[in-house]
Amino acid sequence: MAQYIKKVDDRDEDEYSPFLGIEKGAVLQEARVFNDSQLDSRRCSQVITKLLYLLNQGETFTKVEATEVFFSVTKLFQSKDVGLRRMVYLIIKELSPSSDEVIMVTSSLMKDMNSKTDVYRANAIRVLCRITDATLLTQIERYLKQAVVDKNPVVASAALVSGIHILQTNPEIVKRWSNEVQEAVQSRAALVQFHALALLHQIRQNDRLAVSKLVTSLTRGSVRSPLAQCLLIRYTSQVIRESSTNNQSGERPFYDYLEGCLRHKSEMVILEAARAITEFNGVTSRELTPAITVLQLFLSSSKPVLRFAAVRTLNKVAMTHPMAVTNCNIDMESLISDQNRSIATLAITTLLKTGNESGVDRLMKQITNFMSDIADEFKIVVVDAIRSLCLKFPLKYRSLMNFLSNILREEGGFEYKKAIVDSIVILIRDIPDAKEIGLLHLCEFIEDCEFTYLSTQILHFLGVEGPKTADPSKYIRYIYNRVILENATVRASAVSTLAKFGAVVDSLKPRVFVLLRRCLYDIDDEVRDRATLYLNTLGGDGSVVETDKDVKDFLFGSLDIPLVNLETSLKNYEPTEEPFDINSVENIPAAGNKPTALGAQPPAPASTVDTYENLLSSIPEFSTFGNLFKSSAPVELTEAETEYAVNVVKHIFDKHVVFQYNCTNTIPEQLLENVVVVVDASEAEEFAELATKPLNSLPYGAPGQTFVAFEKPEGVPAVGRFSNVLKFLVKEVDPSSGYAEEDGVEDEYQLEDSEIVAADYMLKVGVSNFRNAWESLGPEFERVDEYGLGPRESLSEAVNAVINLLGMQPCEGTEVVAANSRSHSCLLSGVYIGNVKVLVRLSFGVDSSKEVAMKLAVRSEDESVSDVIHDVVAN
Amino acid sequence: MVKNVLLLDSEGRRVAVKYYTDEWPTYSAKLAFERSISCKTQKTNARTEAEIVMFDDNVVVYKFIQDLHFFVTGGDCENELALATVLQGFSDAVTLLLRGNVDHGEALENLDAIFLCLDEIVDAGMILETVGNMIAGKVATHNLDDGAPLSEQTITQALATAREHLTRSLLR
Repeated sequence: MAQYIKKVDDRDEDEYSPFLGIEKGAVLQEARVFNDSQLDSRRCSQVITKLLYLLNQGETFTKVEATEVFFSVTKLFQSKDVGLRRMVYLIIKELSPSSDEVIMVTSSLMKDMNSKTDVYRANAIRVLCRITDATLLTQIERYLKQAVVDKNPVVASAALVSGIHILQTNPEIVKRWSNEVQEAVQSRAALVQFHALALLHQIRQNDRLAVSKLVTSLTRGSVRSPLAQCLLIRYTSQVIRESSTNNQSGERPFYDYLEGCLRHKSEMVILEAARAITEFNGVTSRELTPAITVLQLFLSSSKPVLRFAAVRTLNKVAMTHPMAVTNCNIDMESLISDQNRSIATLAITTLLKTGNESGVDRLMKQITNFMSDIADEFKIVVVDAIRSLCLKFPLKYRSLMNFLSNILREEGGFEYKKAIVDSIVILIRDIPDAKEIGLLHLCEFIEDCEFTYLSTQILHFLGVEGPKTADPSKYIRYIYNRVILENATVRASAVSTLAKFGAVVDSLKPRVFVLLRRCLYDIDDEVRDRATLYLNTLGGDGSVVETDKDVKDFLFGSLDIPLVNLETSLKNYEPTEEPFDINSVENIPAAGNKPTALGAQPPAPASTVDTYENLLSSIPEFSTFGNLFKSSAPVELTEAETEYAVNVVKHIFDKHVVFQYNCTNTIPEQLLENVVVVVDASEAEEFAELATKPLNSLPYGAPGQTFVAFEKPEGVPAVGRFSNVLKFLVKEVDPSSGYAEEDGVEDEYQLEDSEIVAADYMLKVGVSNFRNAWESLGPEFERVDEYGLGPRESLSEAVNAVINLLGMQPCEGTEVVAANSRSHSCLLSGVYIGNVKVLVRLSFGVDSSKEVAMKLAVRSEDESVSDVIHDVVAN
Repeated sequence: MVKNVLLLDSEGRRVAVKYYTDEWPTYSAKLAFERSISCKTQKTNARTEAEIVMFDDNVVVYKFIQDLHFFVTGGDCENELALATVLQGFSDAVTLLLRGNVDHGEALENLDAIFLCLDEIVDAGMILETVGNMIAGKVATHNLDDGAPLSEQTITQALATAREHLTRSLLR
């Protein structure tokens, strides 16, 4: 009923609307009244309003129309009517005339600038500054300078704000007003103070010392306006950030000022100060407490804006200092039912971050009720928060995974469903225990999934992960159901997935063949083609045979060519006798074409290991080295933006180490040939150089690789330092023609040293339940010892140093050290070369003089490995 | 830094709007923003207190009076309370200028005042004035003059009117 009445009202208004049926042409005709010798100011005002209305509704005037209107508007300066003059100012600003037109009104505006009427003065300044250019500015500068210190606050503000805008284009003019602006900062009018402070800061923003002086003088308390106070707080925290180097001494400069602002009478200032404090670098809990307290009070405010501001700030704090926010948890929980869904969502996500393991179940119950009545975008935020919670508490995967699968079944749009599916995929990847249950949830989801994209992604993922599970056969039913029930795209990817199961699980092969053969009668070409292809590659005679490595590569290997490049190459390919050669496709990703992080694809690190492995085994010299244990991340050996960019990737094998040097030539006029890296291993005694694989040619811009292989004793974590020199033959290239000269010059280029360290022999492999893993390894090869680490900057710095030294994966979020704590324990896991599982428990303690002591307990499957870990730390 | 100030009707159509950034470069981008923000806030109750929502990394504070919807948008690092003050100033000023009859029809009748009001609140993103009384006061200087008819007219105009009256009475 209420809605009905509203509708009627609306219609009535439309009828009354003075602008009903308004048309540009007609209004432009009407604008001729501006040219009348007898001006009817009220009529003119109306016409200008109509013009503004048209502009506001998105109508545009052509150049000619605009000029015409502008010229007739200038005539209106004759009128003495104040209201009309205001409208004239407005329309001039809206029309933004070109510079030759501006001259027409400059004199009128300058007259107004010096008029006795304050309203004229203020507005004329704003209009003139908006439309004028540098040459005119110098003419009016004198008046502007005066206006900055005008008695009337409106005039002063107008001049100051205009100054802020002019500063962007003509800084040198505004900088000459410094003295006047400084005077204006002391003005009694609140807003003048605000504008003056903003301008003064902008004038000086590139001069750190001046800003610092400004802040120091003003924080002693002469700023009255809350807006100006907020600005000052921002500038203060900027100064604090820049001077953060000397915060070793303990007291943070200006902290007292900010803390004082927390007791200001304006909530705006309190909020700004609290936010500034929470954003300190390395804020301590003592500094945080007063800020958190005022924010907590805001949480129960009656104003939604204030509640929102507070919960948003606390949410940010919770990311870095979850412990500091726990005091507010009770207030937060009551916000879950807040009318404003933004506030409720922020409260939920904050709780998810601060919650501890025991509270998870209760929290999930509360969220379940809440999920049904919020919009999709909020749900996505919640899903993300739950995913990170699950990664933090892997033990709780069961209840969290159940929650995800429940919401997956409910109504929702594509983005939301995608977020859930991505989360489940990430959980499956990172928490091995959750794999089976997660895959089953996904299977159930695709039974009734309306999004083709998600179905195909899940099928692909299922093909990669499914065959590795304990009982792959149970997935076959779900997959084959897709072949029966879905559209062609999904059917085709289901066929591929079936083939992958057939390739990996030999016992399933005959059954997969039966299913694939049925697909040969599909009505869609692609589905039939895929079925035929897979039947042939898998050798579809129905016998149980071991699948070739080649076939597996074909099915599971990723296409190492960017699709865009492949597409362009195929477009350029003209059908001739010569077949299309995929190797001719450029292997360099087009600029700005980052691979999108689809959750359903295998994690990036795994795929790089695969590509490295393929690359190395393709080089005959290295093919006998056996399985690749680990490849390090690339380490840069040159400074950025040098002539030649080189980075090194260390490949560790059981008995060998291969350095892969990735070189890029950044000089267009040069072609490098016979590129080798000469490695001096005199500081790495246990290594013996075995082979070098030079790079024949390195043209501009295209990266190339050269390799050096070393032999090392098996089972010994040999470490050492290697000095590198890049040697090559330089040939001049004519950039216009691209031809290189015949003769080259030998040259060399000093690179930085590379190192093999103990961490290179360790793979980062996480365990989901550290305690279980620890118990199952048993105490037989346990080694415990204590070490003094000497004085350290902070406890967390010491913890990180040890983690990096060992190169192991921190478990259960124990790498994060609570601020100001005096002791910490950290759990690490990894796999040592030779596939030996290693677990480490570290207990740290720090005393008042920042001396850090550490107790190290190692358990592994091999006694010698436990000793090695201790050796690493002892050295 | 204020990104835009919007006055829409209850269906999300423009009454008067002002943008201060290039974040929404085209007319259609602006319209799309207005439509979606109106859609998102439609069901909320922002009558007694200003409400707030995050929208594409922007903070939007809004308030409804009758069938007029007021919005103020700022970046996500903006002080929410500062934006709320601007919103309060805007809606107060409009209420004063429309003499308490705040509705769509009345707003269109006095659109000139609303345009001037927008002009007085924010100048190219910089907050100019936040107190409703002050804003309305600056705008009203001329609206009062409007109400005083004869004093502002020139003699010729007055004569013309007089002549008109005369002819009319003669013809009767």
